[in-house]
Amino acid sequence: MSEEVEGTTASEEVQEMEDKVISPEKAEEAKLKARYPNLGAKPGGSDLLRKRLQKGQKYFDSGDYNMAKAKMKNKQLPSAPTEKTEITGGHIPTPQDLPQRKTSIVASKLAG
Amino acid sequence: MAGTGDGSSDVQWCFSQVKGAIDDEVAEADVISTVEFNHSGELLATGDKGGRVVIFQQEPESKNQPQCRGEYNVYSTFQSHEPEFDYLKSLEIEEKINKIRWLPQKNAAQFLLSTNDKTIKLWKISERDKRPEGYNLKEEDGRYRDFNTVTTLRVPVFMPMDLMVEASPRRVFANAHTYHINSISVNSDCETYLSADDLRINLWNLEINDRSFNIVDIKPANMEELTEVITAAEFHPNQCNTFVYSSSKGTIRLCDMRAAALCDQHTKLFEEPEDPNNRSFFSEIISSISDVKFSHSGRYMMTRDYLSVKVWDLNMETRPVETYQVHDYLRSKLCSLYENDCIFDKFECCWNGNDSVVMTGSYNNFFRMFDRGYRQDVTLEASRENSKPRSVLKPRKVSTGGKRKKDEISVDCLDFNKKILHTAWHPLDNIIAVATTNNLYIFQEKLN
Repeated sequence: MSEEVEGTTASEEVQEMEDKVISPEKAEEAKLKARYPNLGAKPGGSDLLRKRLQKGQKYFDSGDYNMAKAKMKNKQLPSAPTEKTEITGGHIPTPQDLPQRKTSIVASKLAG
Repeated sequence: MAGTGDGSSDVQWCFSQVKGAIDDEVAEADVISTVEFNHSGELLATGDKGGRVVIFQQEPESKNQPQCRGEYNVYSTFQSHEPEFDYLKSLEIEEKINKIRWLPQKNAAQFLLSTNDKTIKLWKISERDKRPEGYNLKEEDGRYRDFNTVTTLRVPVFMPMDLMVEASPRRVFANAHTYHINSISVNSDCETYLSADDLRINLWNLEINDRSFNIVDIKPANMEELTEVITAAEFHPNQCNTFVYSSSKGTIRLCDMRAAALCDQHTKLFEEPEDPNNRSFFSEIISSISDVKFSHSGRYMMTRDYLSVKVWDLNMETRPVETYQVHDYLRSKLCSLYENDCIFDKFECCWNGNDSVVMTGSYNNFFRMFDRGYRQDVTLEASRENSKPRSVLKPRKVSTGGKRKKDEISVDCLDFNKKILHTAWHPLDNIIAVATTNNLYIFQEKLN
């Protein structure tokens, strides 16, 4: 009789364990949804992919580009006192004014 | 003992060399973005985010140290790509070298293809160890001689000079990719190669740079319907008509170029069925394949997704024949790995020379090797602490449970900024090149 009691208890325990075991992935998903309740259901969907395809996009359009250029010119003024005589503001930015990213003229440290 | 030994069963790995700066502050440009041995293993090329290529050459084995294979020293370095700005699309084009692929050597010069996001270049690397001397009309420094001083004629001769290695761009393959190039692969016919971006794959002739054929196009008519992108592509090592490409959804398609000009219809589709019970928000992201590599034999291919490495038999599409867990303990960290974007890290993988062992990188500057025959795996670390010459690398272990043994490192202590994304295995010997963020480690098999 004692065996039967033990048997029932064991199976109950097993049942409890099964209920508690969630895959670690699903537990992580629950954590993420708790932090970001507005997260869409489709994770790998077109939003994520389109962000990937648009990597490197610097300006939304030419208006955005010119605004950014104007901001840059304003920022540069205080640090370049020698250019006080230059007229700014009346100058329409052109592609030539876009700050070119410096090319790496420094040799690779792997070759050092 | 030359030739490939078996994997982790009896091979011990020793530190050989490390290249790069020791500073803690890593400049963006110094981040290594690709590593590739050439077909003989004599040359090792690296590309970085600054658009530079550095090629190392193995010294011939010295008689003094017959037990040690030659060291790799700088052979050539050049600026392959420069940053560009596409004014029409307002797109910044990074100079980062995404891939380097060597051409099989046909003559004295070496050729390699290097690519950034948009442009592929064919570079010729040639040696000059002689120069002509004894011109009649010119002095040795190039100035022209006064004709009146020329009284006799002589035949110029080639005299030895210090070795000079020159890299020159022979072809520029541009303007063929709207999206970002992720792979290039040279065909076994040595005449053509493919380049793949997120949505298209193009076929080029190495001699012709103003034309390329589009062979795969998965761009949907309506971009709102976009569900997957191409993540990697490779030509079969000996069947010149066959190539594969992998997707962000974890599938691999094998295509036969004899079937049609446009290979949108795959010949084979390799996909492991997913257990619907295990599906989670992260499932698709971690199933995205970051690298695909054919075995040297051409019988198998290997894919790398976020948590595992899978070996597929080309004759069986339904599931991989082998699956190796790289760092399964990260499954319970996916939430934070998604938040810090590490879940999108693209790890590569590689085969050893006889296809008996596969290798891939992980975090904390760990890298893993899986011996397919002996069913053993090992975790090793690339760090300056283990960088005494010829010191044997000690296997590392990550502890997942509560009890952490001595020498084990807990999952929470792993440094996710120290990632090994790029590794390469010498085609013939047990020599490996492992790239940390800005350093290149070379390890060799312990020979006795």
